[in-house]
Amino acid sequence: MLLYTLKRLLYVTPVAIGVSIVCFLLIHITPGDPLSAILPSDAPLELQMQMRAAYGFDKPLWVQYALWFWKVLHGDLGTSIATGRPVAAEVLRAVGNTLILATVATLIGFTLGTFFGFVAGYFRDSWLDKLASFVSVLGVSVPHYWLGMVLVIIFSANLNWLPPTGAGPDGSANWRPDAEHLRYIILPALTMSVIPMGVIARTVRALVADILDQEFVQALRAKGLGEYGVFRHVVTNAAPTALAVMGLQLGYLLGGSILIETVFSWPGTGFLLNAAIFQRDLPLLQGTILVLAMFFVALNLAVDVVQTALDPRIERA
Amino acid sequence: MAVLSDIRIDTVAPLPARASRGYWGSVLRRLMRDPVAMVAAGVILAIVLAAAFAPFVAPGDPYKGAMLRRLKPIGDAFYWLGSDELGRDMLTRLIYGGRLSLFMGVLPVACAFVIGSTLGVFAGYVGGWVNMVVMRVIDVFYAFPSVLLAIALSGALGAGITNAVVSLTIVFIPPITRVAESVTTQIRTRDYVEAARVSGAGAFTIIRVHVLGNVLGPIFVYATSLISVSMILASGLSFLGLGSKPPEPEWGLMLNTLRTAIYVQPAVAALPGAMIFITSISFNLLSDGLRSAMAVRA
Repeated sequence: MLLYTLKRLLYVTPVAIGVSIVCFLLIHITPGDPLSAILPSDAPLELQMQMRAAYGFDKPLWVQYALWFWKVLHGDLGTSIATGRPVAAEVLRAVGNTLILATVATLIGFTLGTFFGFVAGYFRDSWLDKLASFVSVLGVSVPHYWLGMVLVIIFSANLNWLPPTGAGPDGSANWRPDAEHLRYIILPALTMSVIPMGVIARTVRALVADILDQEFVQALRAKGLGEYGVFRHVVTNAAPTALAVMGLQLGYLLGGSILIETVFSWPGTGFLLNAAIFQRDLPLLQGTILVLAMFFVALNLAVDVVQTALDPRIERA
Repeated sequence: MAVLSDIRIDTVAPLPARASRGYWGSVLRRLMRDPVAMVAAGVILAIVLAAAFAPFVAPGDPYKGAMLRRLKPIGDAFYWLGSDELGRDMLTRLIYGGRLSLFMGVLPVACAFVIGSTLGVFAGYVGGWVNMVVMRVIDVFYAFPSVLLAIALSGALGAGITNAVVSLTIVFIPPITRVAESVTTQIRTRDYVEAARVSGAGAFTIIRVHVLGNVLGPIFVYATSLISVSMILASGLSFLGLGSKPPEPEWGLMLNTLRTAIYVQPAVAALPGAMIFITSISFNLLSDGLRSAMAVRA
């Protein structure tokens, strides 16, 4: 097992370095001079050269990358142009809020998704299956930013049950697990949960249908095992794959939260990205994307290792 | 109706060799018998036709507003589907909006289909270190969540329709390349490919006849399933202000500018999103129908 983990780690390292190169190059595919965001266009040439040297833009690209990468390894993601604060601190503050939102959304999506998936897989080709499958198509087809707006219209504007935006009564502060803050997370988490709900329902339906078709299930029934006993066998067989899909969905939500965070003014990484894009704050954009992408790579690795550990059917080659 | 994340490469097996000359004909026949897919196709056709012939279909001018007639409700005598925050006719703008939204949703998948299958077939057929280099680069892009990559690229490139299309194309190339590469690699070692090579067929002929003949079907089905994701993402970029610019009619952008109106005219504000939803679900259902029509053989 340890050997397998090391092997995966060895495989992931070049991918992680590639990801860092893509993030580094983000600043350089930006049209125009990367300094144009800080300097006025009529700045004297002398000052331009001075700034160029200060930011290291006068060196060859690969030297710039090496210097940047060295700093990143030491936890230095540069300084935000808009606020002047270190990017690492800004991202760290926001990533917790996004993580909470994405985790709650994944748990809701997983619960509903496995329920619909099991119903559809057990009653294959019945109207229940068609209904559950339709719900999962809805989940992956709905533009979630629009769904968020519709939920706000229904539950905030019309019924006035839940707050429309923010993470708490004090607006942009960090989210805390108490009753008041809980009301603020309901709408964004529900909105976010439809995607994993649809994906997991589809996966579980296929898994359950596949397992029920296998001979060992027939054998279990033939020897007189009750429906509950068979159900337990199906659950144990479907669990590793379903859990792996859940883990990956959490990663997709972390990276894809920007639209929902914008709709709900949720103070997370998506909100940060939105601000970075519109203030042309390239270091902040780069740093946030690097952290989220690395998180996704690490999560993929973790899912892979845990799935292999849990599922004896996967060979640890 | 898949999203990027739930496609597993190993589920995409090469199709068995072509049974008769009328393979695509029989696929079409099976598709025609699928009522859900046909309804979805009808909806898409209606939206595409309305967008294409917008000047003849739409009742008004998509850019002309009337400050005194802002935010009228649905069912207004003058504006059937209400008016937006600048007093422009919603029905007209929804019809015209289909042009950009469909363009920005479908074009990236089409481009990625061409580039991705070329890359994948090339890497799969040549094999060896070329394959390894291409696929490792693809792996790097695959390591980004799709929404994040789209926003990172278009955020860095700056707002605009071209930049949004380029970003989304780059997002969809890796998954298509992976499918193409995995199917090609499986086909390359088949006996009939070996037989063709022994009997003197050149690489170009083998790729054209044996590889493409088997590979294009699965990739095509997979690509159609990406259109729905692409529609949602493209409109999402416009929603964030990274795609089309005002005053262009585009569903994502319209949804964004109408956000402030949700307390005044909630139903009108929700309309552009409903259009994105209807289009995206239709593409998903049609893609599902196509998938089963191509996999089930008579």
